[in-house]
Amino acid sequence: MGHFGLPRNANWTSFTSTMNRADFTEEQEGEARSIVLTGSLSLSCLGDMPARLDSVEGPVAAIDLSRIDHIDTVGAWIVHRAAERLDASVKGADDDAGRLIDAVARAGLPEKMRPVYETPLLRILNQIGTAVVMTGQTMLGLLGFLGATIIASWSLIRHPGRFRINAVVQRFEVVGVSALGIIGLMSFLIGIVIAQQGSVQLEQFGMEVLTVNLVGRLTFRELGVLMTAIMVAGRSGSAFAAQIGTMKLNEEIDAMRTIGVQPMEALVMPRIIAAIVMMPLLSFYASILAIIGGGFLCAVSLDIPPVTFVQRLREVVPITDIWIGLIKAPVFGLIIGIAGCFQGLQVRGNAEEVGQRTTAAVVQAIFLVIVIDAIFAVFFTWIGWR
Amino acid sequence: MSEEDARAEADGCLDVAANGSEYAISIRGLRTSFGEQVVHEGLDLDVRKGEILGVVGGSGTGKSVLMRAIIGLQAPDAGEIEVFGQPMVGEEDDEAQLAIRRRWGVLFQGGALFSTLTVSENVQVPLREYYPNILPQLREEIAGYKIRMTGLPGDAAPKFPSELSGGMRKRAGLARALALDPDLLFLDEPTAGLDPIGAAAFDEQTRALQQVLGLTIFLITHDLDTLHAICDRVAVLADGRVIAVGTIDELLATDHEWIQEYFNGPRGRLAHAGSVSIRGEC
Repeated sequence: MGHFGLPRNANWTSFTSTMNRADFTEEQEGEARSIVLTGSLSLSCLGDMPARLDSVEGPVAAIDLSRIDHIDTVGAWIVHRAAERLDASVKGADDDAGRLIDAVARAGLPEKMRPVYETPLLRILNQIGTAVVMTGQTMLGLLGFLGATIIASWSLIRHPGRFRINAVVQRFEVVGVSALGIIGLMSFLIGIVIAQQGSVQLEQFGMEVLTVNLVGRLTFRELGVLMTAIMVAGRSGSAFAAQIGTMKLNEEIDAMRTIGVQPMEALVMPRIIAAIVMMPLLSFYASILAIIGGGFLCAVSLDIPPVTFVQRLREVVPITDIWIGLIKAPVFGLIIGIAGCFQGLQVRGNAEEVGQRTTAAVVQAIFLVIVIDAIFAVFFTWIGWR
Repeated sequence: MSEEDARAEADGCLDVAANGSEYAISIRGLRTSFGEQVVHEGLDLDVRKGEILGVVGGSGTGKSVLMRAIIGLQAPDAGEIEVFGQPMVGEEDDEAQLAIRRRWGVLFQGGALFSTLTVSENVQVPLREYYPNILPQLREEIAGYKIRMTGLPGDAAPKFPSELSGGMRKRAGLARALALDPDLLFLDEPTAGLDPIGAAAFDEQTRALQQVLGLTIFLITHDLDTLHAICDRVAVLADGRVIAVGTIDELLATDHEWIQEYFNGPRGRLAHAGSVSIRGEC
């Protein structure tokens, strides 16, 4: 029998009597046919009885409950629906059964069990339409949020007393200092990868020495700032959205407004300022670490000593490359901060929404960063910073 | 042996054990703690079958922790907990433990509905989990009449928890707790946060369900009206133990300071007067 121990004081005779499977037989009494239910009409003993009972065709005069062992509300419901369907009377019910059948019959069913579903075609059209409208609204909302941020910063400039220096410094730590380890490691490895892959290609032309140009220019101009932006979007942009979203769900934001604290000033501005200030620092740091990585590989596998590497770097990397990185970084920081805080404030309803909005914040931030990066690339070439 | 048979057999075993024991819940020498902070020390409590036991106590006396210990969410440091005569602490027998889990329903304070499922789907979760072979149509009907039994309006079934009011969320949580036709129901502050009319209606519903379904109810509450209206007995928690159990009149006869303060304070007297006048009319 079972693989589990019997409880104390259990004995098998009474045990078997309590686990009788629910079943039924059809009996013919003269003209009238009746269904006689047997066994335990409870949830755990139903088996396939409900399905078989559903396939019984009328006419049935009565459903006889006099031979059942036990009944719960599920059993009562099955008896009730069968009696309704077959237009049969219920007989032989003891007090318990009668009371339960009355209770479930009185309760009845809600008029609607599921939300309305449409046909697949309509649903797909609906989804596409909703997505288009949502994207439009989000872009408009982001623009509006940028405006709100500018207004909030203007009011902070006019009333410097309201500037929350503690909150901002705390964000500096979370966004900047805590990210040093992971961003440093990532950049170092990327520097190595670029130098290694570049040297393999340049070797074919006998130009390994140009690896220095490749590493130096690529990291300062593009990769240092771009990889940092992606990392900050993943680390901090998502955290902004999740924190603010959870606060929104907890009605903390409403509480703030009621007390007279502006969420824009207390929550949004410190985060955006932290992102704007920390991005250039982090991306400069990332570029340096990537160059160290590249230099490390050059020294190890290309026999370019570090001194030569640095000398060559100073010859080939124009100062404008560093300016380009430092100009782009705060803009990317602004985008990451705005996307994170905006999505966080859009949370409504349930916990799942926090997850969706956090994802949206990261995707949006990275996407916009790359779009703006492309625009910058064209712009800087156009003004002659090649 | 099929899973379904094993389940029915475990239920059968539990039936026998339950019939053999006098109490639905029996706790001896319970000790729980969080790190340094000891919540319960040498706590004894018996819940009789078929009664509504109210559990009261000041904030931080461990009422919710006691419930969590019984339902296995909080491992006790020492002591014995028996539910339907089955030991719950240190028991390795999974099938027997699951059999007990199927026999109780829990209503958490905020309802604890799954926010991504509709009310109807929420009620179907336990059914789906334990009885996957039930036909979807029947499962939906079971959820349907349970939702109606808890007094929710008919249009609440397809809604998501975020679309419901606090009182409706509690009723939906109650419907989910009742999904498996439990014998034992745990209610954690069911009327907290409800308006007096809603709270009274909830009390009445609880009482009616208890009578129809023959439930044993372990009810944590701060609501004096609830205590007077529906509780058969009241257990008072203080100093990490149950300091008194009995009907309200019996408790009033004790001279423990907290109990006197609780029931004879201004709110306690009002609730008592109210219940006497209501009972007088009946």
